[in-house]
Amino acid sequence: MTPVVIVFPGSNCDRDVADGLAAALGRRPQMVWHADSEIPKCDLIVLPGGFSYGDYLRSGAIAAHSPVMEEVKRRAEAGVPVLGICNGFQILTEAGLLPGVLLRNAGLGFVCRWTHLRVERADTVFTAGYTAGQVVRFPVAHHDGNFFTDPATLKRIEGEGQVAFRYCTASGEVAREANPNGSLNNIAGVFNEQRSVLGLMPHPDRAFDRALGGEDGKVLFRTLVEKLAA
Amino acid sequence: MSAQSRPNDLMGLSPAEYDLACSIMGRAPNRAELGIFAVMWSEHCSYKSTRRWLKTLPTSAPWVLQGPGENAGAIDIGDGLACVFKIESHNHPSFIEPYQGAATGVGGIMRDVFTMGARPIANLNALRFGAPDNPKTRHLIAGVVAGIGGYGNCMGVPTVGGEVNFDPSYNGNILVNAMTVGIARTDRIFKAGAGGVGLPVMYVGAKTGRDGIHGATMASAEFGEDAQVQRPTVQVGDPFTQKLLLEACLELMATDAIIAIQDMGAAGLTSSSVEMAAKGGVGIEIDLDRVPQRETGMTAYEIMLSESQERMLMVLKPGREDAARRIFAKWELSAAVIGETTNTGRLVVRQHGQVAAEVPVEPLVDQAPSYDRPRVERPKPAVIAASDVPAPEDLRATLLALLGSPDLCSRRWVWEQYDSMVGADTLAGPGGDAALVRVHGTRKALAMTTDCTPRYVAADPFEGGRQAVAEAWRNLSAVGARPLALTNNLNFGNPERPEIMGELVGALNGMAEASRALDFPVISGNVSLYNETSGTAILPTPVIGGVGLVEDYARTVGNGLRREGDALVLLGATQGWLGCSLFQRHATGRTTGAPPPVDLAAERRAGEFVRNRIAAGEISACHDLSDGGLLVALAEMALAGGLGARIEAMDGAIPAQGWWFGEDQGRYLVATSAPDTFMAAAKAAGVPAQKLGQAGGASLTLPGTKPISLTDLRSAHEGWFPAYMAAR
Repeated sequence: MTPVVIVFPGSNCDRDVADGLAAALGRRPQMVWHADSEIPKCDLIVLPGGFSYGDYLRSGAIAAHSPVMEEVKRRAEAGVPVLGICNGFQILTEAGLLPGVLLRNAGLGFVCRWTHLRVERADTVFTAGYTAGQVVRFPVAHHDGNFFTDPATLKRIEGEGQVAFRYCTASGEVAREANPNGSLNNIAGVFNEQRSVLGLMPHPDRAFDRALGGEDGKVLFRTLVEKLAA
Repeated sequence: MSAQSRPNDLMGLSPAEYDLACSIMGRAPNRAELGIFAVMWSEHCSYKSTRRWLKTLPTSAPWVLQGPGENAGAIDIGDGLACVFKIESHNHPSFIEPYQGAATGVGGIMRDVFTMGARPIANLNALRFGAPDNPKTRHLIAGVVAGIGGYGNCMGVPTVGGEVNFDPSYNGNILVNAMTVGIARTDRIFKAGAGGVGLPVMYVGAKTGRDGIHGATMASAEFGEDAQVQRPTVQVGDPFTQKLLLEACLELMATDAIIAIQDMGAAGLTSSSVEMAAKGGVGIEIDLDRVPQRETGMTAYEIMLSESQERMLMVLKPGREDAARRIFAKWELSAAVIGETTNTGRLVVRQHGQVAAEVPVEPLVDQAPSYDRPRVERPKPAVIAASDVPAPEDLRATLLALLGSPDLCSRRWVWEQYDSMVGADTLAGPGGDAALVRVHGTRKALAMTTDCTPRYVAADPFEGGRQAVAEAWRNLSAVGARPLALTNNLNFGNPERPEIMGELVGALNGMAEASRALDFPVISGNVSLYNETSGTAILPTPVIGGVGLVEDYARTVGNGLRREGDALVLLGATQGWLGCSLFQRHATGRTTGAPPPVDLAAERRAGEFVRNRIAAGEISACHDLSDGGLLVALAEMALAGGLGARIEAMDGAIPAQGWWFGEDQGRYLVATSAPDTFMAAAKAAGVPAQKLGQAGGASLTLPGTKPISLTDLRSAHEGWFPAYMAAR
């Protein structure tokens, strides 16, 4: 299994993601600099969190037009799984690889806290290590995580089963008080139609060690490594 | 020199200082040269009121690699690694423009740390605001918190701790002190001294503009003559550029290209070039036409004194310029060789082919003024007996009121706006006694905290100075860390007033004594004076930033009660000290009398005992007793762990108010599953210990009072801050 992590100027979770992958894989993933228009042969592409290009203009907007993103789109169309975490999710929506947009948080401020998430489906390469309906804990840390779409798109992604994770209470209830940012239907992460691209605001890369407060994220990385092992 | 021949505007220099500058120059300085003298001799850069006193602080220990004098201090944490840290204020700018003031404060201190070759791994802060009912307070809190988060979050450095307090004395002078902790290899610590002649001087980072000119002196009269060049003295930060600057500098530092490096902070290009030359014992010649600029028509004066952010000056090995340029180009940063080191001992600044300024470096630095300002000590306040403060009529109501007060309520509203987890090494973030951040890829962790109790310092500067150091040391011990060193941020009023100078010297003497007694040396720091408005000074606020080390992060504890049935043991001596306590203020509306004294020998015994027991795995939760005393600490432990407690014992010899709310120093409340062995060990160690009760249930049960539910405690504790900020 050969993952690559794309590094943009302003990425700041690239090491965290690489550590998560390395723990599951037993070796370091390859890091690809944004200015490179070529990506080595790989079977997983990860877009890490951070503030690519300072999040100037709009979160993820400039990175979405980075040379490397053309190649990411080609690979995604060819079926290579792509995972975008936090700023990576924002970039994927800006690049048109995922539906919806991420607006400023409803509370207007940056929010960093542990959240509970309900796993919506466990039949994907990303979530096969969980069970559908399982409650997991990942932290969020973002200013623009308020998932929004027009009603027709929302209906479609709900109908097609493209919701990956929803903010919920500890007991799994999808409640308003569990929503840290105002996202429609408490959506924390979505798939593309083929479920080969996943974007999520919460950080599995910060939940892979009990000493850090939880290790539910470890399963996601381990599952990817197992499922994609050739 | 006669008064007639001096210019009207001395840019903040006194007439005597101006005359000294003339005698060093052998002539009257021109405008650019006068600007250089004015910033280099400003209080901010020269420490002229405090230098002689700062020298009295203990700064050495076998583990200190770099004491005060460089961009930041450094300590050895083993395995070839150094911990580099410093605290710095950005008080005045933050009052004028809270978001940018606080943001650039955070940016500046991070730059100080990575200039030393260290990757920043954590930020902390210490904030002081005016009274909550002051009309400006809400706006200032909102801006400062957003600014700190905005810069630190983007840089990818977690903000893991800090403190927020309120007092009317800060109404017109808020305090924003920012601390950064970083990790470097001990054999790759970079310094400012540019040893060698004929070496290229490279400028890198953001382009220079007309922002923040003369920020170090915060003088504005010089802008009056020409409205064209008027600009705010508050700098504007760009954390994205600084993130690139950080990565680029660390990449270049991994090669052997850099001989010396200095960030451009206060006093910009002037201070950085003078420091590099002075510390290297060389001269330096720079050509301003080669300085990357984002505005046209800037004068030498403006370029030399601009405080544009995110800039660095470095002296390279000859021939390494292209290697450096390649790295900076990759990170899309401006870089240019703007001059070289010389053997003239002079700073020579050229512009448009002419010499715009020429100043001898050594006298500029060595003859900087240093004043022994007159000072008066205030009389020691009387000790107040606990029984002289009225007892609470209703213990439950008092506890809820204290927990829900601005001083003691939860700061969650603040710290949830900071990314406290980026880097995936934060073992304990905000809300604990000290934060714990893992040294990446190792079993080690660094503990860090910021502390000061200004009302104690105001009442008795000497005792308050001792207490600030002791509390930082105690907070580090409470998580299981060995305290190693501290950085201090001395925030005071106008030193030209003898009573302020008395406060400053008293506090420094107290800090020095506590640092010595606890083997807790001062390795870096910052002084911020003139924090007053209309002749009213802030409470004296010497903030301590402490750092400690844990060899194995599995051997640490938090302050939350988590294990049903664990015994609660109070360590340290209690006499029920209510002078200057928060309970006294709650009960009487003000704080008076002597603050609680610190017995440094007892402090050390208790701290070492706690640390050893934590390492031995005998303690499941530990919290130091500070503001609000025993009952507030107990409630905080219950809330942090989501588990209640039953208290059976209390000391009948002490009035109830003193027992529950006294702020006696050197105390910890701990939970342990083996109270008998623990009590025996405490006795053997000479540490007073009392078993009070045990953890369990969903409420606090105290003698003679009906149980106080955790739900009620939590809503009081969590309620105040969001409600206050929502009332905007």
